[in-house]
Amino acid sequence: MEKFTKLISRAVPLATENIDTDQIIPARFLKATDTLGFGDNVFKDWRFHKDGSINESFALNNSNYSGSILVAGDNFGCGSSREHAAWALVGYGFKVIVSSFFADIFKGNALNNGLLPVQVSEDFLKSLLKELQDNPSSEVTIDLENQTMGSPIGNTTFEIDSYKKTCLINGYDDIDFLISKKDKINAYEATL
Amino acid sequence: MGKTLFDKVWDAHVVDSIENGPQVLYIDKHLIHEVTSPQAFNELKKRGIPIARPDKIVATADHNTPTINQHLPIKDVLSRKQLEQLSINCKENNIQLYDLGHKNNGIVHVIAPELGITQPGMTMVCGDSHTSTHGAFGTIAFGIGTSQVAQVFASQCLLLEKPKSLRVSVHGKLKKGVLPKDVILYIISKLGTNSGTGYFCEYAGNVFEEMSMEGRMTVCNMSIEMGARGGMIAPDQTTFDYVAGKEFAPKGLDFDKKVASWKTLPTDTDATFDKEYFFEAEDIEPMITYGTNPGMGIKITQNIPDIDDRSFEKSLQYMNFKKGESLINTPINYVFIGSCTNSRIEDFRVAANYVKGKQKAANVNAWLVPGSQKVAKQIKDEGLQTLFEQAGFVLRQPGCSACLAMNDDKIPEGEYCVSTSNRNFEGRQGQGARTILASPLVAAATAVEGRIVDIIKHLN
Repeated sequence: MEKFTKLISRAVPLATENIDTDQIIPARFLKATDTLGFGDNVFKDWRFHKDGSINESFALNNSNYSGSILVAGDNFGCGSSREHAAWALVGYGFKVIVSSFFADIFKGNALNNGLLPVQVSEDFLKSLLKELQDNPSSEVTIDLENQTMGSPIGNTTFEIDSYKKTCLINGYDDIDFLISKKDKINAYEATL
Repeated sequence: MGKTLFDKVWDAHVVDSIENGPQVLYIDKHLIHEVTSPQAFNELKKRGIPIARPDKIVATADHNTPTINQHLPIKDVLSRKQLEQLSINCKENNIQLYDLGHKNNGIVHVIAPELGITQPGMTMVCGDSHTSTHGAFGTIAFGIGTSQVAQVFASQCLLLEKPKSLRVSVHGKLKKGVLPKDVILYIISKLGTNSGTGYFCEYAGNVFEEMSMEGRMTVCNMSIEMGARGGMIAPDQTTFDYVAGKEFAPKGLDFDKKVASWKTLPTDTDATFDKEYFFEAEDIEPMITYGTNPGMGIKITQNIPDIDDRSFEKSLQYMNFKKGESLINTPINYVFIGSCTNSRIEDFRVAANYVKGKQKAANVNAWLVPGSQKVAKQIKDEGLQTLFEQAGFVLRQPGCSACLAMNDDKIPEGEYCVSTSNRNFEGRQGQGARTILASPLVAAATAVEGRIVDIIKHLN
């Protein structure tokens, strides 16, 4: 997993609430047996009309917006457990998702792929979305070590599990940790 | 202080705890399918790690499978390759696979209970968010991502923060025509799609106690639609009777011993929850959804609410509905009865009972998709297939089908589909398709009438 410490980037505002993982990556693209190439199909049915033409009104197609931070409406990543949603966002180039609320499974999937979910208050999110829409060149700073986020509308802090933070900073994943617990797991199994 | 059902099962599975961090939780059963497992197998192969406990894994082919002509080679190359990969992975790793055509094949959340793989007090996971279904047995069951599938492969454990506890109680007597699906759609319409996020939900009260196991599975299945990782119902005699005699259930004295321990699982009377909600059964009526998330539900006789909100309006625009409008008499050309929510024998009994002696409307394409080979056989054995055929319906073969439209069962763009599945997200049943979630009874009535009807009036 790629290490994450600090990121300064422009951000894409996507002011829609309850974005489910079916929108992030529609089911018809889940037929691959590896984790690559999903970025091409991220938000496919919002980025493109059915005839294949570009939906100019969609945030990701707005040439004013760029950067590796996606700022999205409340309850991001609800629905299906498909990790393909995290692979698609990472594949497209996002490293951070900012929202006022994340669905559980998505949050875990994101963290397991070095994609940082940053949860902010609803008011902060609202102001940030407006700032990015008004001034698309505004930059946002994410500092994982200090759990802070800086932006032209002000600074805020965010929560992250200390274990997961260590994993992200060092690029570790849970498999190594779990395998290191083998003796305890064997001892538990002996009691079954 | 007393413990909840959830606490009892969770605490019995903790292998280790990290100070101020997650816990290592042992997993009793790991269910896998073709879509969310191949990358996990690759990961282990790449790292040279063996599968820790192949005997605790059960695989099925369901998401990507056709529901007609299953005996023929699958036409879609990518689907075929994904299914072939599952067979190879299971064979290489000595994992039990119920492949297409096997007598035990079907939707993962339908087959595990009917085979007795799902048992009270267990921890179960699957790379599928509707794993919450198994909570109907008093099981901690939840969906996981593919990285976690790899973790369970490698260690038979997961690293998890213990979720908070939530209890939803429903007391009273359900009205005629109100099914378990209506109960859960009602709860989600009241609580919203993220009220359960961070929580594990227990359903309590006489309404759930009086439900069949099929009904309880429908309820627990949709826990994820209010954000809860899982839902649970305390095991009782209904549960024990369902499990008894199933293929992989304990037998004889072992079964009696298990039952004795399962009886200790229900929540203690002095246990407390982080959050509680109470509802009255008499307030619940047959439900339908009008929007693009499962929380956007109304009583079938109600009008669409008038809410001033951009996301709400975007949703109505997608559905081509207007604020304040009633859905009664909306013409419907597609009906889907199936999915891990409502594809069990009881669901087909309800539908068959309604269509008996009636005819499917000429404008309706109805897809009836049993959840498993066993359910398909039961439909035939009970004479329901004949009833359906006499009413102009054709039964398809088992699979996830039009619930997520990964196979060819796609609803055309712009068409409405009254569906017994669990999600009405944009494009869920096909690009541009418009999903209206409902019970199998409402779905059957829609198929006969060719439009949405006030089911209570029709029943009377």
